[in-house]
Amino acid sequence: MTALQGCLLISALLFAIGFAGAVARRHAILVLIGIELMLNAANLNLIAFWRFGPHPEALTGFIFVLFSMAMAGAEAAVGLALIIAIYRHKKTSNLDEVKELKG
Amino acid sequence: MSPFFVITGIVTLLGAAFAMSLRNLVHCALAMAVAFSGIAALYLQLDAQFVGFAEILVYVGAIAILIVFAILLTRSGEAPEKSVLTSGWMAGIAVSAMVFTILGWAVLNSSAIPKETPPAPVATVKNVGDALMTKFVLPLEIIGLVLTAAMIGAVIIALKEETNNENPGRKS
Repeated sequence: MTALQGCLLISALLFAIGFAGAVARRHAILVLIGIELMLNAANLNLIAFWRFGPHPEALTGFIFVLFSMAMAGAEAAVGLALIIAIYRHKKTSNLDEVKELKG
Repeated sequence: MSPFFVITGIVTLLGAAFAMSLRNLVHCALAMAVAFSGIAALYLQLDAQFVGFAEILVYVGAIAILIVFAILLTRSGEAPEKSVLTSGWMAGIAVSAMVFTILGWAVLNSSAIPKETPPAPVATVKNVGDALMTKFVLPLEIIGLVLTAAMIGAVIIALKEETNNENPGRKS
């Protein structure tokens, strides 16, 4: 197994853990943590392909990870603000108790 | 693959698994910080020093603190008595296991993965800054705009509403 495959396996497992947590836990903050883990798995993939790819001097994967981290920061801020706003309305942050739009 | 790399990966994955499986939310946030530190160490071993330290600053520094504050503000710091899982958790875990199986099979059997390891690239802060200021200057400006809009939006969403007349004496 090469180093690139090791990186990709680690990030695949990280993605699977984050996904399992995001779909299986009830608390909204934990769903957000799962989404952050999935984003980090994608970033690890980008860095691994940048490091072991044919043209690392172009720095594309590297810069993409920087932008993706900025987007993840924005997403976390807005998501946590939404969770706090919902808690203020409903006095709960469990996702299955917030079901006014449920058909 | 060096043994240190394998150990860092195992620490990262254990942190992530604990972050997704512990009952107490504060413990989950701490395990998440461990996982992010492990990812930063992986970046450092992949010769991406700038991204590694940015990961520590952004995730271990800012986002972990933000999540702990959200846990405190929603008063969910103590472990719940009821179940912490949704009703369809078995299907979700089955789907994620399938995702990992397919991804792992694809990674191990792909012919697109190069066999030899190229020499370590140079990504000094000077190179990164040059690239950000010349080739990627438009995305940089746009990401600044997006971050500003997201921060203002987050503040507006989380502001206290003052339209109801239940407690007219209180203004914040």
